[in-house]
Amino acid sequence: MARRMNPGLKLHLGLFFGFLYIPVLVLMVLSFNRAGLPTVWTGFSLEWYGKLFSDEPILSAARNTLIVALVSTALATVIGTLLAVGVETRRSSPFLDAILFAPMIIPDIVLAIALLSFYTAISLTLGLHSIILSHVVFNIAFVVAVVRTRMRHFDHSVLEASADLGASEFTTFRRVLLPAIAPGVIAGALLSFTLSVDEFIIAFFTAGAGQSSTTLPMQIYSMIRFGVTPEINAMATIVMLVSFTLVLMAQRADRRVFTQ
Amino acid sequence: MKQRLKTAILLGPGLGWLALLMVVPCALIFTYSVFERGVYGGIDYTFTLENFRRAADPLFLGIFLQSAKIAGLATLIAILIAYPAAFAITRAPRRWQTALLILVILPFWSNYLIRTYAWIVMLNREGLINNGLAAIGVIEEPLPLLYNTFAVVVGLVYNYTPFVVLAIYASLNRINRETIEASEDLGAPGWVTFRRVIVPQTVPGIAAGGVFVFVLSIGNFITPDLLGGGRLQMVGNLIYDQFLSARDWPFGATLSMFLIALMMILLFAQAMVARRAAREAAR
Repeated sequence: MARRMNPGLKLHLGLFFGFLYIPVLVLMVLSFNRAGLPTVWTGFSLEWYGKLFSDEPILSAARNTLIVALVSTALATVIGTLLAVGVETRRSSPFLDAILFAPMIIPDIVLAIALLSFYTAISLTLGLHSIILSHVVFNIAFVVAVVRTRMRHFDHSVLEASADLGASEFTTFRRVLLPAIAPGVIAGALLSFTLSVDEFIIAFFTAGAGQSSTTLPMQIYSMIRFGVTPEINAMATIVMLVSFTLVLMAQRADRRVFTQ
Repeated sequence: MKQRLKTAILLGPGLGWLALLMVVPCALIFTYSVFERGVYGGIDYTFTLENFRRAADPLFLGIFLQSAKIAGLATLIAILIAYPAAFAITRAPRRWQTALLILVILPFWSNYLIRTYAWIVMLNREGLINNGLAAIGVIEEPLPLLYNTFAVVVGLVYNYTPFVVLAIYASLNRINRETIEASEDLGAPGWVTFRRVIVPQTVPGIAAGGVFVFVLSIGNFITPDLLGGGRLQMVGNLIYDQFLSARDWPFGATLSMFLIALMMILLFAQAMVARRAAREAAR
């Protein structure tokens, strides 16, 4: 439909992008504001970024977030890739599809209380490890979705050719299939890392008490509840830029990742 | 035998993980809903249907209806904003379309708390909108934009519209172009072609996007909590309170069962819409 866009549509699209990006840009600009005022511009300053990097609770929360995101991404990427390959190389099953789709659509508050109830029932001590176990659940679903799309655009007869030439199943997997789906695997890993870094509710419920398992979103939440401060603006700017970078990297790795 | 082993290695870890940490926990809270709360929180394993009776109490039913109303409003506005935006993107030059879609989806993949917080900065008494309107002399007193239903709807629309754009764009792209040409050749004005030919073929995309916004909005906790200022109760907050403040886990479990049931009904309806559309397209 490469026809001309009429001016009304163009205006609507422009306004829509304004709606999407102005709030984010305002936050970013205000993070460089000298005064402690959240909205009135009083001059450029990097003071709040300095404060951020000397704030021990924030740094420890950032460390925890990094641990949770790295470990849960690693687990989910391996498990999710195997699962995607397994599902795509056998007869399709609506039941399997539903199970794999569920973590993406189930309200996070429901998954959060279900996991908290489960951990309590089996007397699991809460901490970073229980957040990791929980994050893998939804991370798997996203890795599977991305890798499956990649699998569908892959010529399966190559696998038969490899087998006919005498390659073992494992060799075929490692030398033929894996290189072909690698962009999807990388994109899936980057997305699950992003999700894990940003996830709040499930972490909040499954972290247990204490600063030792507080993640960055939990820290941000309690700061927001406390009030609007330039320090949150500074942290928000960094977190947003990190997410944007990761998502763009995922899109570069696998161009189909958002527009399957 | 070898085939079995292969399946076990590929599917085993993933399905095992999801079974143990999604299916079992959800089944567990289902069973909690028919037990009594313990004296100090926790569960007292005495069978009861009291939780269901309580959930149907006008007080809680009211909260359910209010949440549905807010979620419905957010869904409607999201579709009204997303449809023309998606349509505009399909009309853009091919090489720009992917870039535009990425621009749409980029904020959607960033931190939800921060995106919501951004609207506290925008809507507060000293925020950009109030200060802007005061500067051009439209208002003298700041408008109460924050901590009310309006703010919650704005937050939900802001957070979920990008997904609706994506869903509608996908279905616009799948439209059979010959039907549009046929309609134009038969002399139908642009508006009629749009309403009678294009929109009906994109119903599956509208349904997919709409169900997504509605489900995520009605179970939302962060947006009503931060932008509603604690004055606005939605189902998500109610469940949160039962687990963390009231310590009535069985009742919280019952409420989340209602949420899951509602979600399944909507997803089923959406699947039916998609199936019917696929059948019609095949004809």
